[in-house]
Amino acid sequence: MIEWASRIGVFANQWVRYIGQLTLLLVQTMVAALTPPFKWHRSLIQAQRIGPGTFVISALVGFFVGMIMALQMAYQMMQLSAELYIPNVIAVSLTRELTPVLTALIVAGRIGAGIAAEIGSMVVTEQVDALKAFAINPVEYLVVPRFVGLIIMLPVLTMLSDMIGIWGGYVICVFKLHISHDMFWKMTFHALTMKDILTGLVKTIFFGMIIAIVGCHQGLSVKGGADGVGKATTTAVVRSFILIVITDCFITFIFYFLLNI
Amino acid sequence: MIEIRHLYKLLGTQMVLNDLSLTVRRGETKVIIGRSGAGKTVLLKNIVGLIRPDKGSIAINSVETTTLNEKEYDRLRMEIGLVFQGGALFDSMNVGENVGFVLNEFMSLDKKTVKDRVRDALGLVGLKDVEGMMPSQLSGGMRKRVSLARVLCMEPHIILYDEPTTGVDPITAAAINNLIVEMRDKLKVTSIVVTHDMNSAYQVADSIAMFYKGQIIADGSPDEIRNSKHPVIRQFINGEAQGPITDDESLIFGHVK
Repeated sequence: MIEWASRIGVFANQWVRYIGQLTLLLVQTMVAALTPPFKWHRSLIQAQRIGPGTFVISALVGFFVGMIMALQMAYQMMQLSAELYIPNVIAVSLTRELTPVLTALIVAGRIGAGIAAEIGSMVVTEQVDALKAFAINPVEYLVVPRFVGLIIMLPVLTMLSDMIGIWGGYVICVFKLHISHDMFWKMTFHALTMKDILTGLVKTIFFGMIIAIVGCHQGLSVKGGADGVGKATTTAVVRSFILIVITDCFITFIFYFLLNI
Repeated sequence: MIEIRHLYKLLGTQMVLNDLSLTVRRGETKVIIGRSGAGKTVLLKNIVGLIRPDKGSIAINSVETTTLNEKEYDRLRMEIGLVFQGGALFDSMNVGENVGFVLNEFMSLDKKTVKDRVRDALGLVGLKDVEGMMPSQLSGGMRKRVSLARVLCMEPHIILYDEPTTGVDPITAAAINNLIVEMRDKLKVTSIVVTHDMNSAYQVADSIAMFYKGQIIADGSPDEIRNSKHPVIRQFINGEAQGPITDDESLIFGHVK
């Protein structure tokens, strides 16, 4: 029993320290991002690396999730003869919840892992030391562009994925459930408000911060050689996933119970 | 001038720098010799502020560095160039961008001026028409030379060389040695050269310091070191497999049982 309590204590201590380190890096990054001179071209390069490559995957996932939702809804709604409301549910649940989280998880897996591996290998080959030796702050040079790139691109990817996800639902609703084209769009826009889209997008800004900070932190903390880089990459993905889901729950709670939106 | 007094640095369980003191006069080229893995690179990293010492003092041009914050240290770093052992080239940039890195980051020079200075710096290390190549396409020796060119582009007052001739062919090694000597004679650059290559040490050094067990155990002119009777120095400069250094490390190697 004492051994278990001790293990839980050690685990909790590690996570508290870890969150503390992430918070410190986040503050350093935000200070560096808001301090002139602004080197926008570096953030743009990162945004270009994040966006186009991830779009196809997130669009594909969004499309199929839209279809799956329509099929699962149909399973229940048909028993109530309420198939007409399927577009409403798809639109709202995709934009408020599913697409932001799924897109963030895809980006964490693809980009977060890449960030940890890239910065980790820079640490191992002394490139980060070289930056410091040339009086360049690694947070300013490496973390800020990735941070800004992610908080710009994740909402964009989510919006595109929202649209494609709704089209996925459209395919099932119109061609399989025989809801008319006009009725589908009428029900969708009737249910969907700007508030739904914005709450989803606000979440993605936080998710983007998490992916960038966790990936960069893991990369900058690499010890050893290729083995260390591998571990950092895996850890970055796992921890990003956990933090994204926890943050999603937390933000949803705030939106629903505190802000009533 | 670099003045190091009673420096201590513990890494893990090993006291890598153990009451180390060393003085490098302005315009002097000091060569530090010693066993691989003994901590010579750690000493260079302490000087440039990449690693902070646990105790002791490092004064560069009369500025005490151990109390500086990162921003203050950055101003000092602009005057110090560190040539990394493995090159530490930025692998997302081509050779030209690597060499011109500091010029592009800190100086508002036009593209042609940067290009010319990059070409000149590469010429000094014997490289031509490699600006467009990526670091992954270079050999180990070429990487080291590009790394040196990158530092030369900064025009620093102090250059720290971490094994500049290791892994390069003898002709290039001689050229790098000449370059180090010319940097001192023409530009009055203060240098610390960490090396195992005794030929190179004798060629470039104004003085040679022997690093052993975290300390400088001898510091003198190349002739003084060459004629030293100290058994540790004798074993090292003569490259003998058995002697006090290997006895201390409880090593018996270089023989087939």
